[in-house]
Amino acid sequence: MISGKPNNLEEIKVILATDCGSTTTKAILIEYVNGEYRQTYRGEAPTTVEEPVADVTAGVINAVTEVGELAGRKLVDEQGEIIRPANGNIGCDIYISTSSAGGGLQMMVAGVVREMSAASAKRAALGAGAIVMETIASNDKKLPHEQIQRIRELRPDMILIAGGTDGGTRKHVLKIAELIAPAKPRPRFGHSYKMPVIFAGNIEARSLIEETFDDSVALTMIENVRPTLEQENLAPARDEIHELFLEHVMSHAPGYQKLIEWTDTAIMPTPGAVGDILKMIAESKKINAVGVDIGGATTDVFSVFDGVFNRTVSANLGMSYSISNVCAEATMPKILRWVHVDMVERELRNRVKNKMIRPTTIPQTLESLIFEQAVAREALKLAYVQHKEFATTLKGVQQRRTIGDTFTQSGGGHTIVNNMKLDLLVASGGVLSHAPRMEQTAMMLIDSFEPEGITTLAKDSIFMMPHLGVLAQVHPKAAQEVFERDCLIPLGTCISPYGKSLKGKTCFQYEITSKTINEQGVMEFGSLKRIPLDSDESVKIKITPTRQFNMGAGYGKPVEKQIQGGTVGIILDARGRPLELPEETNERKTLIQKWVEAMDLYPSN
Amino acid sequence: MAKAYTPGLTVSERTTHQVQRILPVAGKVLVEKGDTTKAQEVIAKAELPGDVYPVNLSHALSIPPSDVGECLLISTGAEIRAGDLIAQSKGIFGFFKTDYIAKTSGTLEAISEITGQIIIRGAPQPVEILSYLSGKVVEIIPNEGATIESEVAFIQGIFGIGGEAYGKIHVAVKKPGDALTPEMLTADMEGKIIIGGARMSYETIQKAIDIKAAAIISGGIDDQDMKELLGYDLGVAITGTEKIGTTVIITEGFGDIAMADKTFAMFSKFQNAEASVSGATHIRAGVMRPEILIPLNPDQSKEHSSSIHAGLLEIGRPVRMIRDPYFGKLGKVTDLPTEPQLLASGSKARVLEVEIKNGNRIIVPRANIELIEA
Repeated sequence: MISGKPNNLEEIKVILATDCGSTTTKAILIEYVNGEYRQTYRGEAPTTVEEPVADVTAGVINAVTEVGELAGRKLVDEQGEIIRPANGNIGCDIYISTSSAGGGLQMMVAGVVREMSAASAKRAALGAGAIVMETIASNDKKLPHEQIQRIRELRPDMILIAGGTDGGTRKHVLKIAELIAPAKPRPRFGHSYKMPVIFAGNIEARSLIEETFDDSVALTMIENVRPTLEQENLAPARDEIHELFLEHVMSHAPGYQKLIEWTDTAIMPTPGAVGDILKMIAESKKINAVGVDIGGATTDVFSVFDGVFNRTVSANLGMSYSISNVCAEATMPKILRWVHVDMVERELRNRVKNKMIRPTTIPQTLESLIFEQAVAREALKLAYVQHKEFATTLKGVQQRRTIGDTFTQSGGGHTIVNNMKLDLLVASGGVLSHAPRMEQTAMMLIDSFEPEGITTLAKDSIFMMPHLGVLAQVHPKAAQEVFERDCLIPLGTCISPYGKSLKGKTCFQYEITSKTINEQGVMEFGSLKRIPLDSDESVKIKITPTRQFNMGAGYGKPVEKQIQGGTVGIILDARGRPLELPEETNERKTLIQKWVEAMDLYPSN
Repeated sequence: MAKAYTPGLTVSERTTHQVQRILPVAGKVLVEKGDTTKAQEVIAKAELPGDVYPVNLSHALSIPPSDVGECLLISTGAEIRAGDLIAQSKGIFGFFKTDYIAKTSGTLEAISEITGQIIIRGAPQPVEILSYLSGKVVEIIPNEGATIESEVAFIQGIFGIGGEAYGKIHVAVKKPGDALTPEMLTADMEGKIIIGGARMSYETIQKAIDIKAAAIISGGIDDQDMKELLGYDLGVAITGTEKIGTTVIITEGFGDIAMADKTFAMFSKFQNAEASVSGATHIRAGVMRPEILIPLNPDQSKEHSSSIHAGLLEIGRPVRMIRDPYFGKLGKVTDLPTEPQLLASGSKARVLEVEIKNGNRIIVPRANIELIEA
């Protein structure tokens, strides 16, 4: 894995990591200080994949030079290359990188049944960090020539075909291949390389698939993503996607050949790396976690529930390039329901479009900030709905029924995302990370994800999850230590029972105890309260809901837990779940105003 | 003196401009290096492979897939016309045969004895590429297209809808701050590129469509009007394929905003000149903005008076605010403090001080301004 570099993990003391984004290349330095790994310095520079530079390594060197200057460490030699291994305050022990430059990895997937093999193929592609442009299936209600037309229009970086369990249908798999082969799909990066096509379906259909495609594509065969109906096997497909990403896509992007040679482990697509680190943390702490990264163009949602990882990317939900699409999909009345001050829709529509055409502008006025955060709530809500619809149990699994199941049996395909079981919710991306007050970040998360029970909220301090994801491949211990100490900023803990009642009725009683705090009280339905509690403080909390509400132990059943503080503290949310807002405008505005005051969200003047 | 860079749009009175015109698939290039082309001249053509029509003969004739080859009356590569008998089942003892009559014309491309499908490829679709810009062919890309170069006046808009269009420039307002109203448009503007000043309304654009104007260009438009025009709320900012009857370009932004003085003066100078325009806009990495190209005569002044709205941000530099609460206001930079300052939103950001036209000085985040020419 690490050629010519320290083989013993303990010898690795200085780690340099970069993330080459579409617009910015971010470099971080991780050092072994006082017996633990810490992120120490950070630098950034514009990404240089476009003309006139057209060499990604120029941006990398600029960002790394900035880190080096800040750290007082010489990281780049006279030949413009990264110095390794570390010796005193010169060089680093390993260098690793992720990349989403050039629009990331864009894929098309195909399978026989949309909800089964095509869904498995989509999960494999998304898990590898790709944007899935289109899913083709036998049952997608398009006529064959329409499907072929669609394949011809798309220009993916690669295609993943699944279908059929091992030893199962060959005919239907072949039919899918017969749609793709004559369409002669062309890769995004011009004529210089053959379109990579991965077949991850019925192993007995391989020879037929080979006969169907001519040599205009680069066909590879890997293990079936759905060898049996009950089993999904995504890892081989995911590894192959990563390999082809490096071999075909990355090596054709300007300067990447050099970057590939520089790095000590394979370059990963940025979202793939973010997913890996979240998965690692969830596994090591044995918790269920959800992470979100809201960008200008896209929103990624990652989840780990009972050890099962899922990732979705909502390609047209974002806060600058895609803000207009959020408003079109959510509709303006839904966005404005989060706003407690008067705003004129015709004017707002112009503002949204102006943000879209000039994506780098920032809110100057408070009104502008309130509106953008309202848009963010709806963008996050839409992205989470898409995620829940996608993160499901396997469809098509045959289940053994007993007499007791007669009325309750559910087929496969129900969501595995369960907000009551959610332990940790992590925020990342401009609108969440750069909100002027942490309370705003916390409330955007709570209003859009609606966590239930007891949930820890955190945010990625400087968006270093991609770096740590790829570091986890090489040095899991260092990745986990930095993640816990420097990456996550704890916002606090949200307490929110499931259920609803009448306004003013009791929702729950709370008791908070520690060496320094002893507080108890009653929360009325519809109210919100913040109790400050520092990040390094821990308290015991007992919540006793009324019988209309459930905290996870059953309706009316109390729960007790040791919880941690954060920059916001404890948020007692008695607004009920699902969260509903009054239809009547004035009533709604008054209520939102109360919540704003309770959380001290915005300056009062 | 503090300095910073900020992006902007290009408005150039004379520049050497190149356009690369490429076929979607390999074809024939009709021009040679050194040729002179007119904007609407075809410079390359190709044939797109025809549409593909899969037919499940096994189902159609109720035969096993393995029998499909034997039942076909034609072989791979044969031409098919709609109505032709192309397959027949063997029947029982030679009787009760089932025919398959082709529903589409094309060529038999493939036969599968596993799925029982045949693939019929439709007739190729001709595709032609125009020169778009009147100029000289400076490069031939074999089988793909050519690069055309010309001396042009070049104006980038900020947002557009509709594709490429050609016509003569016709400035329909007196000042850049004048709104473009329907009564300013008359029937004799058919085929013209109509230039307005500030906002143009839905009614104005509708009138432009009615009189068959090639394009309509002004400073701004209300998003509500654009929604009515398109019939839907534009979500993803990838445009250029809309077919509303005319190409629409705004040069400044959404809302009531005057066209930049420099841009308006250039259009006025080129009244009646032939121009090529494109409304295609892609606002993502690799930004594509709408554009107006006015080829210049060789005898016109050779003086280059390029005024790219990008470059150094410094004291005295004219700027325009591009976000509320000062959207559209013009002024000059009077101070560039280095330390981030607290904004009314509660965020901290690097700012600049601008003296606006009424003499007041305002503080604006650096991200919210655009450099303009005096």
